[in-house]
Amino acid sequence: MFSLRRVGAILIKEFLQMRRDRVTLAMIIGIPLMQLFLFGFAINFNPKSLPTAVSIADPGVYARSIVAAMRNSSYFEIVAETRSPKEARRLLQEGKVLFVLEVPVNFSRDLVRGATPDLLLEVDATDPASSGYAISAFNAIAGTALRDDLKGALKNRAPGAPPFNAITHLLYNPESNTHYSIVPGLLAVILTMTMVLMTCLALTRERERGTYENLLAMPATPLEIMIGKIAPNVLVGIVQSAIVLFMARYIFHVPFLGSLSLLALGVTVFIIANLAVGYTFSTVAQNQLQAMQMTVFFLLPSILLSGFAFPFAGMPGWAQVLGEILPTTHFLRIVRGVLLKANTASEIAGEIYPLLAFILVAGSVALLRFRRTLD
Amino acid sequence: MTEMAIDVKGLTKRFGSKVAVDHVDIAVPRGQVWGFLGPNGSGKTTTIRMLCGLLTADEGEGVCLGLDFRTQSEAIKRQVGYMTQKFSFWEDLSIRENLEFVARLYGVEGRKARVDGTLKRLGLEKRQDQLAGQLSGGWKQRMALAACLLHDPQLLLLDEPTAGVDPKARRDFWEQIHALSDEGLTVLVSTHYMDEAERCDRIVYILNGKMVAGGTVAEVIEQSRLVTYILEGREARHLIGEFQDQPGVDYAGFFGAALHVSGRDRAALERTIAAYRDRPGLEVREVAPSLEDVFIQLQEKA
Repeated sequence: MFSLRRVGAILIKEFLQMRRDRVTLAMIIGIPLMQLFLFGFAINFNPKSLPTAVSIADPGVYARSIVAAMRNSSYFEIVAETRSPKEARRLLQEGKVLFVLEVPVNFSRDLVRGATPDLLLEVDATDPASSGYAISAFNAIAGTALRDDLKGALKNRAPGAPPFNAITHLLYNPESNTHYSIVPGLLAVILTMTMVLMTCLALTRERERGTYENLLAMPATPLEIMIGKIAPNVLVGIVQSAIVLFMARYIFHVPFLGSLSLLALGVTVFIIANLAVGYTFSTVAQNQLQAMQMTVFFLLPSILLSGFAFPFAGMPGWAQVLGEILPTTHFLRIVRGVLLKANTASEIAGEIYPLLAFILVAGSVALLRFRRTLD
Repeated sequence: MTEMAIDVKGLTKRFGSKVAVDHVDIAVPRGQVWGFLGPNGSGKTTTIRMLCGLLTADEGEGVCLGLDFRTQSEAIKRQVGYMTQKFSFWEDLSIRENLEFVARLYGVEGRKARVDGTLKRLGLEKRQDQLAGQLSGGWKQRMALAACLLHDPQLLLLDEPTAGVDPKARRDFWEQIHALSDEGLTVLVSTHYMDEAERCDRIVYILNGKMVAGGTVAEVIEQSRLVTYILEGREARHLIGEFQDQPGVDYAGFFGAALHVSGRDRAALERTIAAYRDRPGLEVREVAPSLEDVFIQLQEKA
């Protein structure tokens, strides 16, 4: 017979236990709140202030007006000005900017002479979601930017089509194929998820099963225990990456332009970074539920603030700072850069170093948190 | 002078405002088996954990195997075999895998031979491929002892190794302890069993973190200056309530079917007992107090 009294008995016991575990309770209430504020303010589907370089071979009033109009549109933030198209291309290749505006030699002269010179906007299209709105904005700007500058003899050119050819050049992913950016991004997300999960219970489980005391009574140092627990999972991560990359290549037909060994290096460092975080969680968490909570707390920003789900450049500054801390952010740039942009070792070095620093910090925290006694 | 395996003084540990271990002195000569007794929560486990470096002592100084127990606990760990109260080996590993793991951690030379030898010594050969989690209590304890012996320790700290183990397995376990002691190993073992305490060279009894008795079993009984009467017969079982708060009675309680009435004031106790001497169906006689009489009296008194 179903008995409400018995249900009540279990209910009361559950509440009592819940109340005892204050830390977990606080996390269950606190974490969603933090996430709400964090992501509510950070995520933006219509990214603005995107980093842009201008490469002006022909400085003049027209070029200035166009740049000013782009700035005013609030979609573009001019972070670099150069005279060399080569330098501008380097910035694009390294992912420092998403757009390069190229004003060619003799732009003003040709325009004044009545010809229709080209005005080129080069776009890093690896992540089509980041650039779509800005490209539309650019096309609108191009139509109206020079209206006030066309005076005197040029007045007749003001109405109608602009006196130049606004060309948008999509680099790296000319067809704006979202698979190309999502599938490599999934490698980053899948690795984050599984790797952190693999190690977040590493010590918590020993503690809950009572084997922790035994481990401590034997002569293993915290560093030895940490490396020993992380290393086997590196192998798991590498196998996982190989599977995902194989699928990416042969099922999703993602271009593999860069060096595979370079990618392997990036993958390995990234795997270790995630394992280190998970391990750190396991030194902090008092029980498995807490360890899982921490993992989720790490996982969500890794998906939402890393540039995987939403354009990184479109987030407010503080959110970008947070994003820069996360290993997923850097690995996303590595994997997209190597696969789609054929990034070289020196071009991705700037993303590898933060990962190494992250491993160092997470590892140190884990070692400091590791109690060699049961005090 | 005999060399001491453990020689610590003033061992103290506090958890918040609670003093778990309060200035305990322990001096165990090498090669002896010492029993560590006391009720639950008296501080036995805490003391053992401090000795092997798992807990930091708040006060106290001394040496363990010639090493400062406060500053050289890592070196001490290498020469100590510690058996936890709760089974703490990996239940999803087989006996052999557990032992191999431990041997690797200690960097035991000739690992395979050593593991084989230890398995054989403890009669675990046939079960070596069983998962530790599937073993019964007695076999688990045996495996844990095997794991503690792999690195050839000089000192064994055993925390209630026979709790929940059947009588036969307990007997076998103690035979192992004595054999090891004969080979020169020092053993400090905590227990609740009186027969086990009687098999120790010396015993230490702690209560609420304080050492209240120590010595050989005979010495502890003698120091207690306890007088014990036994009341037996079919009337005995109804009498227990009558003895509470009677003059001269420190403690009255059943040991099996016999009612033990103990006290330190012989004259007062004899006066109280006299009233029961000639009752029909009741046999009254004085006996030498057992260790259990002494311990229960100590605990009642506290």
